[in-house]
Amino acid sequence: MGPRLKLFLPLFLFALLALVLFRGLFLDPSEMPSALIDRPLPAFNLPALGGGQQLSRDDVTGQVALLNVWATWCVSCRVEHPYLRELADAGIPIYGLNYKDSDVAARDWLDELGDPYRLNIADREGTLGLDLGVYGAPETYLLDARGVVRYRHVGVVNEEIWREVLQPLYLELEQGAITQ
Amino acid sequence: MLASQALAVIETYDFSSPDLEVRYQQLSEELRCPKCQNQNIADSNAPIAQDLRKLLHQQLEAGASNEEILDYMVARYGEFVRYRPRFGGTTVFLWLAPVLLLMAAAGVLAATLRSRSSAVGGGGSELTEQEQAHLKSLLDKTERDS
Amino acid sequence: MIPEIGHFALILALCLALILASVPAWGAWRGNSVAMSLAPGLAVGLLVFVGISFACLATAFLQDDFSVKLVASHSNTLLPPMYKFSAVWGNHEGSLVLWALILSMWTAAVALFSSQLPLLVLSRVLSVMGAIAVGFLSFSLVTSNPFARLLPGAPADGSDLNPLLQDPGLIIHPPLLYMGYVGFSVAFAFAIAALLGGRLDASWARWSRPWTNTAWAFLTLGIMLGSWWAYYELGWGGWWFWDPVENASFMPWLAGTALVHSLAATEKRGLFKSWTVLLAIFAFSLSLLGTFLVRSGVLTSVHAFAVDPERGMFILVFLALVVGGSLTLYALRAPAVSSRVTFDWVSRESLLLCNNVVFLVAALTVLFGTMFPLIVDALGMGKVSVGPPYFNAVFVPLMALLVPVMGLGPVSRWKRDAAGRWRSELMVPTLVALFCGVTLPLLQAPYNIWVALAVLLSAWLLLGLVKDFWQRLRSASSLPGGLRRLTPGYLGMVIAHLGFAACIIGIVATSQYSVEHDLKMDPGDARELAGYEFRFIEVVQVRGPNFVADEARFEVTRDGRAVASMTPQKRRYLASGSVMTEAAIDAGLFRDLYVAMGEPVGEEGAWAMRLHYKPMVRWMWLGAILMAAGAFTAAADKRYRRQRMPAAAGNKVALHGA
Repeated sequence: MGPRLKLFLPLFLFALLALVLFRGLFLDPSEMPSALIDRPLPAFNLPALGGGQQLSRDDVTGQVALLNVWATWCVSCRVEHPYLRELADAGIPIYGLNYKDSDVAARDWLDELGDPYRLNIADREGTLGLDLGVYGAPETYLLDARGVVRYRHVGVVNEEIWREVLQPLYLELEQGAITQ
Repeated sequence: MLASQALAVIETYDFSSPDLEVRYQQLSEELRCPKCQNQNIADSNAPIAQDLRKLLHQQLEAGASNEEILDYMVARYGEFVRYRPRFGGTTVFLWLAPVLLLMAAAGVLAATLRSRSSAVGGGGSELTEQEQAHLKSLLDKTERDS
Repeated sequence: MIPEIGHFALILALCLALILASVPAWGAWRGNSVAMSLAPGLAVGLLVFVGISFACLATAFLQDDFSVKLVASHSNTLLPPMYKFSAVWGNHEGSLVLWALILSMWTAAVALFSSQLPLLVLSRVLSVMGAIAVGFLSFSLVTSNPFARLLPGAPADGSDLNPLLQDPGLIIHPPLLYMGYVGFSVAFAFAIAALLGGRLDASWARWSRPWTNTAWAFLTLGIMLGSWWAYYELGWGGWWFWDPVENASFMPWLAGTALVHSLAATEKRGLFKSWTVLLAIFAFSLSLLGTFLVRSGVLTSVHAFAVDPERGMFILVFLALVVGGSLTLYALRAPAVSSRVTFDWVSRESLLLCNNVVFLVAALTVLFGTMFPLIVDALGMGKVSVGPPYFNAVFVPLMALLVPVMGLGPVSRWKRDAAGRWRSELMVPTLVALFCGVTLPLLQAPYNIWVALAVLLSAWLLLGLVKDFWQRLRSASSLPGGLRRLTPGYLGMVIAHLGFAACIIGIVATSQYSVEHDLKMDPGDARELAGYEFRFIEVVQVRGPNFVADEARFEVTRDGRAVASMTPQKRRYLASGSVMTEAAIDAGLFRDLYVAMGEPVGEEGAWAMRLHYKPMVRWMWLGAILMAAGAFTAAADKRYRRQRMPAAAGNKVALHGA
């Protein structure tokens, strides 16, 4: 390296740093992909909401589906609820994971606001939530037909999120499921 | 300047031995709260941090090793939860960077010293005694000024 | 009306800054001394208008003018006036005005106190500072107008200042920190002026040294206050978290420390010129980078201001212009051939180089560690965290490498020294330090190897200084005469190095010997901690100006003798409803006792309490104060101000050279 060229080294390093900073402006540091991406949904054995039957992993696998983590104490869950009903009406399979909640409150909520869920897992102690790496409700997991976690969205699911993020993945997985 | 609420987290877990309490304090400071801004689970009041502290306490009491506990957390929340990044994969660069930097800097330092000192060695001995005495008084003077 | 005056004054200040950045610089380029001589007046004008703007904003806060959006969202009628005033900079927009105010204060100070500087150099320096002011004033006006109104629909009361910021420490912490950050702009401006003029010489180093020392001292105090505030206000008893925002202030400090030492070699011996210029650019660039990190939201931090990508883009462009521009200038103009000044391996120069190596590696490591999560994320390789365990693991060995060199520094001679002389000078201090290092930790069981190392290193540092100090006094005929002969520069060095030794002891002792317990306590309970008995008497309700609180009463005794009454509080602020823990601290030179309240437990009046015993925690803050005092002392050296004649002569030469 010539003596003059050596003096350009700081400039070069700064350019690299600036590039990273520029990229950083378009990243969300608080956005966190699930640690379970491309791994199967953890096994569980929990009651269905409202009692009666015990649910396990097999009950929520078999087709591409959404697994929505919700609770009555969660304010944003109320915000996304109407849109989940729309999705359910459009035929998207949605399973519920009622997270650290009371059965009574959860039943009342569904009676009052409508029930978009095919099944609801009652995770009163948050054990499945822990195995899933849930860190706050609402969270929505996209499962493929074999029950593998493909995507996690943290926060409210609304039309925009569905159209731009979840639906393309969902359709892709459906396509894959058919061709297999 | 602070966006989030800071509130002392004070919980009273009972430990079967003082060793466990020390490990609890250490691990709860090395685990990052997944939901919070940049906070460890010891300092955060978020519900998830409370859950993780409870879990940490249970696992310690159940006899789990530090590595087992960290692996358990990472399997669920990702490498993100470790404030002490693992040595492996991309973080190899992180851990090696200070060593490499120091070695590079020491190399430059040695090269500079060699080039700067070569002239001193040759020239110094050729001074006459008188010159050396003069030099010494000058050096002493600069010394006092510094 | 007052906010509009403030807004208008800010616009006028921007106009003045634009003229300051361009006209004197043009004058310096074309040799037009009329254009150059405008610079000092413009600098003072800039200060006046930014000052008016700041005063208007402060008035809006003090008068509870909630039609100003900033006041409505960061103040409240119940807020004590002192905090209404400090609320001005407790938010992004207002803190930018403070930034601009401090920058214009430094600029005006350079204009007023640099009559010995050649006009050519002065005009270039002031123009560079004017250009920086343009950046920050336009940033404020374009993206973060502090005077934006909420009209119609001004609320009847404001939504209050974050309770964490309602604290005396936080009134002075940001101004001191900014004094430091922004102060490095002076060293930066001198460096750029030197590069533009093509004359890097010892006089450049002499001009810039007192400014750099002063800025470094302010930054040291600012960081120290931040750490102290975190310690007593956050209720965790922690004092340094390696948070990105803390690192943002620490990186310029590390680079600035290298700069302060490198400037010594450049001034005394005409050495390392281009290296010192690079360090000056580096220190200020890291200050700007810190501003970017705090205000752009690219990193998560507990301390970050509200996030806005538009602002981030603005600062990034500004950063690219200032840092990219100055590094390009450096690459083109810095002398590629090193000067022919020589020195031996065993000399003060080589020790100063070691200092530079350690501090530069430290600064770059903190930078890399802070940026690493972002780099990994930007490359799409997942999310990782880099936290205190990493930084501590890297930092402790670096400092352990530094101190042996530091002990040699004061006794060493410029150009050429003899290893044999070092040995004979430091033989006794080495032996005494080894003895202290081995024996002192025996006082506290179990034996702690880290404390032993810390005692060894700081004793070596202290004894080397004492020996040198003693020899200087002894060689004089009388004690007062000897003291008079010591220059402020030398005294400053001694004080600052002593401060560093105190810091090492404080940090290591408190990290290794602190005891912490979280307990459930009923009224009447007593718990023993490190020989102190903490008796929990009762909880009472108290009322403050803008909060209500549960206050616990503790009596602390040791061997039956009363030591302290402590009253930690759990406050609920009325306006925002936010709850805050106010720890009670009994401070002492050798130990702090610390009590914080958690939550009530059960119905019987029991509370969760956190008790801390923190030995020697004050030493690190006292050490930092000593370091700052040393730097101020060195900056006060008259030597820097009596250079009128040679400088005036140099004026002509410089004009010719341009």
